[in-house]
Amino acid sequence: MTGQVTYVEAIRQALRQALADDPRVLVLGEDVGRGGGAFRATEGLQDEFGPERVVDTPISESAFTGVAVGYALAGLRPVVEFQFADFLTSGMNAIVNTAAKMHFRHRTPVPLVIRAPAAGGFAGGPFHSQSPEAWFLRTPGLKVACPATTEDAGALLAAAIADPNPVLFFEQKSLYTRIRGEFVYDPAAPLAGAVVRRSGRDVTVVSYGAALHLAAEACGRLESDGVDAELIDLRVLCPLDWETVARSVAKTSRCIVVQEDYAEYGVAAEITSRVASECFSDLDAPVGRVGARFWPIPFSPPLEEQTLPSVDRVREAILALAAF
Amino acid sequence: MTPLDGPRLARAAGRFLHLTRAVEEAGLRLYLQGRLPGSFYDGRGQEATSVGAALAMAPADVATPLIRDMGVHLVRGVTAAEMLRHYLGKAGGPMEGRDGNIHLGAFDRGTIPMISHIPEMLPVGMGVALGRRRQGQPSAALGFCGDGASAGGVFHETLNLAALWNAPLVVVLERNRWAYMTPERDYLPVDRLADRAATYGIAAATVDGNDVFAVHETVALALERARAGGGPTLVEAFTYRMHGHGAHDPQRGVPEDELERWRERDPLVAWRRRTEAEHGWSDADQEELEEGIRAEVAAAVADATSAPYPPADELGASVFA
Repeated sequence: MTGQVTYVEAIRQALRQALADDPRVLVLGEDVGRGGGAFRATEGLQDEFGPERVVDTPISESAFTGVAVGYALAGLRPVVEFQFADFLTSGMNAIVNTAAKMHFRHRTPVPLVIRAPAAGGFAGGPFHSQSPEAWFLRTPGLKVACPATTEDAGALLAAAIADPNPVLFFEQKSLYTRIRGEFVYDPAAPLAGAVVRRSGRDVTVVSYGAALHLAAEACGRLESDGVDAELIDLRVLCPLDWETVARSVAKTSRCIVVQEDYAEYGVAAEITSRVASECFSDLDAPVGRVGARFWPIPFSPPLEEQTLPSVDRVREAILALAAF
Repeated sequence: MTPLDGPRLARAAGRFLHLTRAVEEAGLRLYLQGRLPGSFYDGRGQEATSVGAALAMAPADVATPLIRDMGVHLVRGVTAAEMLRHYLGKAGGPMEGRDGNIHLGAFDRGTIPMISHIPEMLPVGMGVALGRRRQGQPSAALGFCGDGASAGGVFHETLNLAALWNAPLVVVLERNRWAYMTPERDYLPVDRLADRAATYGIAAATVDGNDVFAVHETVALALERARAGGGPTLVEAFTYRMHGHGAHDPQRGVPEDELERWRERDPLVAWRRRTEAEHGWSDADQEELEEGIRAEVAAAVADATSAPYPPADELGASVFA
């Protein structure tokens, strides 16, 4: 892919821009300062903005996430890095109980961003490979974003920092240095909205995050099979841009959801359920879904490969749906 | 800020000690009458700790009071009527019926509503104080924690981080001897929790938690030190939980002789004795105080019981800011 920056560089530039533009912004987490972050997302930022604004923390997710909630209540704009999305469990109370419910309970906003490198594909094993977005999606009060492109890595992070609510920002580790694109930064843009990445007539493929790239490749290969697929990138999982999905399904009459997270109980379960009930009269085929198989993500590369969705699995599923 | 001097402190402490007890007694009555939903949790016997500590706060300080700390809310300006509206799930309480019992706060008056998971609010209050300090406003956090909750991981994480960052945090550890139904011998392996402060490299103090003047003096010094950049303090306040965990808890296993010993150390009685001795507080003064509070709380009960419930049609719209 071509472009000026990689996905992780877009994250870093967005953080730099936010730190430069807004004195209320600060970044904190393990190794984010001196170390520059486990994935280099914050490299150089402490040198530029100082240790008071790019803050190294001990391995104390509960405490520093709680402190970040306090910063947000005090009017600052904290951006917390969790070293891996898997570690969010260690800060869960501050996120799903304190931050998420504060506005509902007390009408006091908590403008907090939690950056969490998620997803697998690099032999990270059961504790460095998870896609835990669904844990948060069923907590009212949290917004959830998952950028699939370099442009969105910057744009959605800018929107997340500008948003007055707690936002879970699921970066995709497998995309950090793999894809390139332009740096886009517009804090005035809303943290919402799906986009149609590829227009087609036959099947609606709904995806997000790293899996979007599997889906895009599968859609490309399906051209030679005579299948013209439409590919939707959800970008933001909550609030969900349902209209874009429904409009596409009305056109194609077929729908499948492709994601790296487990096919069960998560985004795919929600979208397939809504399509089945709200787009029932549009449908010519049962709604499909492809995701990780429902077991912990194993370490050994061939086992992990069998667990996560692949281009072949996605292609076969779309083909079967188109032929239904 | 000007610290409360002797007579003004005594008067304020007396008012809030008696108001806390009267509001809690009113709440308990409403619960027993079946008019208060959920259960009712009070802090009987611990009023001096919450009132004394809260009276030591400066306007820009923030507190994270817990289940035995109604006094903090009252000191910080939540009225008896607002408090009872809150308990009854009525409109016009600080949480508008979204949360109940002692889960309340009024951020504009310096308190953050607790979540049930304790002591998760310790780092949140600390973050507010640090955030204000970052914006040029000296502030300290007054965090409350029961002796039972001090066994949780967040307690350690927060004290470690507070020490590392020299944070303006004062933790008032309420040594009330009971964690719901479990006596302290089954959850505390040490005699003094304040001793743990040394291992974090922070200051410690112990205080008679039933002596409102002693609590005020100790916490005022610690908050002042925190605001001035002197770092965190762990204050262990020795007290006793005189009622069950909630009104539904019959206090099985609490020895009657132990309750009797602590009844003799009732914080309201201790306050009165000292105020009589030092400020010439008379029986007439006491009568006037009690009568005023009786009337205030009766009016609050009438207000809260007749208040409407909050509308349900705003719930969905209040999830996000």
